[in-house]
Amino acid sequence: MTVKQLSLVTSALALGLMASGGASAQSKSLTLCWAAWDPANALVEMSKDFTKKTGIDMKYEFVPWPNFADRMLNELNARGKLCDLLIGDSQWIGTAATEKHYVELTDFFAKNNISMNDFLEPAVEGYSTWPKNSKKYWALPAMGDAVAWTYRKDWFNRADLKAAFKAKYGYDLAPPANWTQLKQVAEFFQGREIDGKKVYGAALYTERGSEGITMGFTSAFYAWGARYDNPNKPYDMKGFINSPDAVEALTAYKALYDCCTPPGHSNAYMTENLDAYKSGQVAMQMNFIAFFPGIAKDPNVGGEKTGFFSNPNQKTAGATLGGQGISVVAYSDKQDMAKEYLKWFAQPSIQKTWWDVGGAPAHKSVVDAPGFATSTPYAQVYLDSLKKVRDFWQEPSYAQLLQAMQKRVHTYVVAGSGTAQEALDGLLKDWTEVFKDDGKL
Amino acid sequence: MLRSATPLRGMTDRTLAWLFIGPTILLLLAFNLFPLIWTIILSFTNYRANRPSAAISGVGFDNYSRLMNDEAVWGYLQSTAHFVVGSIVLQVALGFALALLIDKKFRGHSFWTTAILMPIMLSPAVVGTFWTYFFQPQYGIFNYIIIFFSGVENFTMLGNVNLAPWAIILVDTWMWTPYVMLLLLAGLRSIPPYIYEAAEIDRASGFRLFFRITLPMVMPFLVLAVLFRLIENFKMFDLVNQLTNGGPGSATELASINLKRQAFEMWRTGYSSAFAMLLFVSIYGLSNIVVRYLEKVKQR
Repeated sequence: MTVKQLSLVTSALALGLMASGGASAQSKSLTLCWAAWDPANALVEMSKDFTKKTGIDMKYEFVPWPNFADRMLNELNARGKLCDLLIGDSQWIGTAATEKHYVELTDFFAKNNISMNDFLEPAVEGYSTWPKNSKKYWALPAMGDAVAWTYRKDWFNRADLKAAFKAKYGYDLAPPANWTQLKQVAEFFQGREIDGKKVYGAALYTERGSEGITMGFTSAFYAWGARYDNPNKPYDMKGFINSPDAVEALTAYKALYDCCTPPGHSNAYMTENLDAYKSGQVAMQMNFIAFFPGIAKDPNVGGEKTGFFSNPNQKTAGATLGGQGISVVAYSDKQDMAKEYLKWFAQPSIQKTWWDVGGAPAHKSVVDAPGFATSTPYAQVYLDSLKKVRDFWQEPSYAQLLQAMQKRVHTYVVAGSGTAQEALDGLLKDWTEVFKDDGKL
Repeated sequence: MLRSATPLRGMTDRTLAWLFIGPTILLLLAFNLFPLIWTIILSFTNYRANRPSAAISGVGFDNYSRLMNDEAVWGYLQSTAHFVVGSIVLQVALGFALALLIDKKFRGHSFWTTAILMPIMLSPAVVGTFWTYFFQPQYGIFNYIIIFFSGVENFTMLGNVNLAPWAIILVDTWMWTPYVMLLLLAGLRSIPPYIYEAAEIDRASGFRLFFRITLPMVMPFLVLAVLFRLIENFKMFDLVNQLTNGGPGSATELASINLKRQAFEMWRTGYSSAFAMLLFVSIYGLSNIVVRYLEKVKQR
């Protein structure tokens, strides 16, 4: 090949590449970022309808949960254009709104008749608004979720176990009505032999690295009626985060961890709890409701073998909020198309389909519809949970607040160091320092 | 036939030399020096990478002062020291023993040498992951062996605040002892056989041979191994992150694990830059001491 021929071939190749690049730039597509889990797969299937109706192709960037926050928050901080739409965790909304990572959607919702009154109030408050209690919206509620419980209904229904339980505790073996009963039921199963296999009481969240043990402990914290700060004086935390109720809740969570978890369950979050439950090791597990459709269909523990119950009350009703809202990323060049997706997603008919495929809508037209509560074995649990959810701080400093809590709670519950009072006093000190740095104290 | 280098005619040797090393120097400046200087600058500010719109102001030595007065930081440094010392002592002792063994000729020598070297061919993240399974209290092989021989029930390594620091030492030792062995083997092979022959003619005992010939002559290699492992383990992250993530509580929260938390989970960029500088100075100082000792050993 001569030099002339070579240059001709190279030029043709370059032109071809430029042409294909130009063509793809013109094609209509959106990238949606979320965690890699079952609901994301359901969304992929459901979004084919959006592509069919609008001609906009959907691409996806799903990141496994342990890396989801790191990956996505880095992307936002770097003002990356990877995601046009992001289904981000509820706690991120403070930072995302303050730093304008998300596009404010208040006017867009108003112009397009998307009313937040059509969605469950706790979901709107948890996933969409910043500042809290305002009417400024940065996300559309996408995936309603909370920490709840599954239990082995087949074990609970065994006549021999029922009799043994009643003889020991004086009441029927059933899904626990409060945390005291939860511990008794877990104790009852701990180390018991069922079908020739040793089983354990409950799989709790104990993970140290990201948010696991905080999501677990706050399930008790809210049930004891404890609060992070003074409702009448924000950021005034003394006597709240380390109140006697908070201390009692932390002591109870540790007692449950010590007595009734499988051996070595010291760094467990969603996946580990699912593994422990699906493999038949535990009688109960705490986990996000988003996993319940998968559990209900599981070949080993699904169907009639599993029952569901919302987080037990203690001094009051409370459950830890999970779930996410869907936002338009401010650095996207395709914001108009992304808003089209939100318009499509907010339709009641699509919200209904979202529930049918395994998602968790918070649209009242779906959850208030007759027959919703009995549509699946966990629908009632979903409704009960969303009525009593509370969330962690959603402040721009939430990551620092979360990491401090992770460390203090794990040090007490799993490492067994110090007392519950010392752990929460230490947390008060850490959080005070964070808010002082932020100029809020 | 070579064509004459017309365009280069008139260039001095010096210019040519700069032309060749220029790109390397530029890369070094861009990827080594600039980040270092930038980190030093950030360490004197209140900058947070997740709040680009917040005002950045100089805070003088505040970050350093907070760091020095933070009890938790001293705890992380203590955990790091425990890990570094424990793992190096074990790796040097076992690595030396293995090197002495492999230095002998025996049947299947090549096979065993390759087998021993296998752990260093794996990624630390992979090693961390599969050791979590080995340590799994219900089906982990490590736990099975412990329970089989000790009869202890519910033995747990990673969830125990006293045992977890030893678990990370154990796994690091499993992975990196072959590397130390390899370095020491090179040292053993560099000893001329006639020295041993002369000593044997003088009827020196095995004990004397080891302490008078083997150890002193392998010492430069041994110090080099310590230097490499010291630097590596001081900044150890992936293996421990995968194994324990710093837990239980903060029992295995090494300085590097906490640094990552401060920088990329809590986004305290200024503070974490100061922390990074503290670690950099510590590693630099310790390495310098070892390098000086190495020079001394080589001169003997």
